[in-house]
Amino acid sequence: MKEVFTKPKALTDVPFTYCPGCHHGIIHRLVAEAMDDLNITEDTIGIAPVGCAVFAYLFFNCDMIVAAHGRAPATATGIKRVRPDNIVFSYQGDGDLASIGTAEIVHAANRGEKITVIFVNNAIYGMTGGQMAPTTLQGQITQTSPYGRDSRTMGMPIRICELLSTLNSPAYIERVALTKPAYIVKAKKAIKKAFQFQVEGKGFSLVEVLSTCPTNWGLSPKEANEWLNEKMIPYYPLGEFKYVEEVS
Amino acid sequence: MVKVIIDRERCKGCELCTLVCPQKIMVMSKSFNKKSYHPAEQINPEKCTGCAFCAMTCPDVAIEVYK
Amino acid sequence: MEERLLMKGNEAIGEAAIHAGCRYYFGYPITPQSELIAYMAKRLLKIEGATFLQAESEISAINMVYGAAAAGGRVMTSSSSPGISLKQEGISYIACAELPCVVVNVMRGGPGLGSIQPAQGDYFQATKGGGHGDYRLIVLAPSSVQELVDLTIKAFDLADKYRNPAMLLADGLLGQMMEPVQFKEFDEKSIPSKESWALGSSKGREPRRIVPFDLDPVELEKIVNRLKQKYQDMQKEVEYELVNIDNPDIVIVAYGSIARIAKTTIQMAKKEGINIGLIRPITLFPFPYKVIEDTADNVDKFLVTEMSLGQMIEDVKIAVKGKAEVSFYGRTGGVVISPVEILEEVKRLLK
Repeated sequence: MKEVFTKPKALTDVPFTYCPGCHHGIIHRLVAEAMDDLNITEDTIGIAPVGCAVFAYLFFNCDMIVAAHGRAPATATGIKRVRPDNIVFSYQGDGDLASIGTAEIVHAANRGEKITVIFVNNAIYGMTGGQMAPTTLQGQITQTSPYGRDSRTMGMPIRICELLSTLNSPAYIERVALTKPAYIVKAKKAIKKAFQFQVEGKGFSLVEVLSTCPTNWGLSPKEANEWLNEKMIPYYPLGEFKYVEEVS
Repeated sequence: MVKVIIDRERCKGCELCTLVCPQKIMVMSKSFNKKSYHPAEQINPEKCTGCAFCAMTCPDVAIEVYK
Repeated sequence: MEERLLMKGNEAIGEAAIHAGCRYYFGYPITPQSELIAYMAKRLLKIEGATFLQAESEISAINMVYGAAAAGGRVMTSSSSPGISLKQEGISYIACAELPCVVVNVMRGGPGLGSIQPAQGDYFQATKGGGHGDYRLIVLAPSSVQELVDLTIKAFDLADKYRNPAMLLADGLLGQMMEPVQFKEFDEKSIPSKESWALGSSKGREPRRIVPFDLDPVELEKIVNRLKQKYQDMQKEVEYELVNIDNPDIVIVAYGSIARIAKTTIQMAKKEGINIGLIRPITLFPFPYKVIEDTADNVDKFLVTEMSLGQMIEDVKIAVKGKAEVSFYGRTGGVVISPVEILEEVKRLLK
């Protein structure tokens, strides 16, 4: 029989540690599929963040390192400078990338580091039990915004793709979602493109993946997908924000 | 002929595959797996078109599809 | 014979690092070590394949060092006291992950933003770990520009030997001082290969994982115990200088710039018929406890002098084990102690 769909080789056999319905698993698989498709697994070095995806080092069949909270782009920079011929990616959540690590991501992007960043935005802190993230929506209830996020004192959710797209240096930035098969197909293309950019030495690439956190949102996986479609996508529009063939 | 293989022990019973199956032939088993989840199972396999939406959506890479 | 060059301390550190094969530098400007970052920029940007990177912060710089070290590069960062505080989390990660790197601290007055004048207030931070968790750095304390060179090179070698961060603990006085220096020939082949553990291409081998944590307490304890064993093994690296140690009236214990100033005090005292000895720890971790303890068998007075409120004195007291009286003289805030001040203190103690 012909394989229509099988587990990518760039994933190990270790079962994911994520909650039922959490999109991390889909994103891991898409990253692994990109590595398989581009035949780069043996040359790839991945960086796991602090957060739910800290265990990502167990799931990918390539060299991996766990970075300090928010510092994955800096660690990626150090690795890429020593090993320019390797493919280096960081995998980061919203608290990691858009809060504690804001400086690192902005400056890695601004230097045009030839790395790929997979940014998982689920509008909440997962690992620590559901606190407000920089990407938590206005009015959204979390452990640390128990009466809803109030923009007057807590600010508005940060749109990372839009923010980074104001810089000259990034080569490729796109926001995707995974709540329906058509979106997943697009997300797969985007993640592959982000790695392709690095393979071709084009510069900094980032894919923001809107993701669910059913556990901390207090919703079933089905309801979480609906909430993402209804609440997150209108605020975080999907699409390509930057695509530069030649970075000057 | 399409063959859908579900790894019952990897499945966490999130039900996302049941939502995307155009033929509505992915359902949740009444039985439990070792992690105490009701894993997904396929009914009426002859109706399967092999679109692999279930596998594509599965967050635990628990589904494989062969034609 | 190698050429003698007149160099400023901070620049000498930079040249020594490059001489020792360091090709990756990540840093952030801060006084009084700014000449060092500038020197690295000037030199490394002209070497093909090398990286000089002015990071967005000290925090980023040390995490770049973490990545570069994990990838097998001979890598350095440098800063001064407040900046070193910012690097502590990263240093703790590097120690836990057992990666080699060199961190230079050209100390200035503290606490807080402090001053930009020389000080030695970071002794505790340097020698007791500095960041969170059970770990130690190899800490080397130069007291001349030549030693800045020699100990920078040694710091790289020890860092590689033990796969542990090594710190060069200098101060603003040394950083700004100009002296003639010589560079001994360095054999780049002496740098150990990192191919057996560094991240890179996993072709033909199992993928490697550098993981500075373990949620299983028993497993984390194993990691910490492995570090402990390494710190015990490092004890054989102890290095110190002894001056006039045969039957002195009193022994001064001092490191870095202050040890040098104390040598002037010894000369001045001689003219007045006072016999002062000096123990100068060159490695602050591992600390030369034994030589101090042995000396305490024959000498009943010790004077520890530091540009701090008294930090190294705690290690000296541990070493002396109550066998002798241990006194302290220090200045802080960036005030440099004069030889006369130390002599007056000696005279007071001998009265």
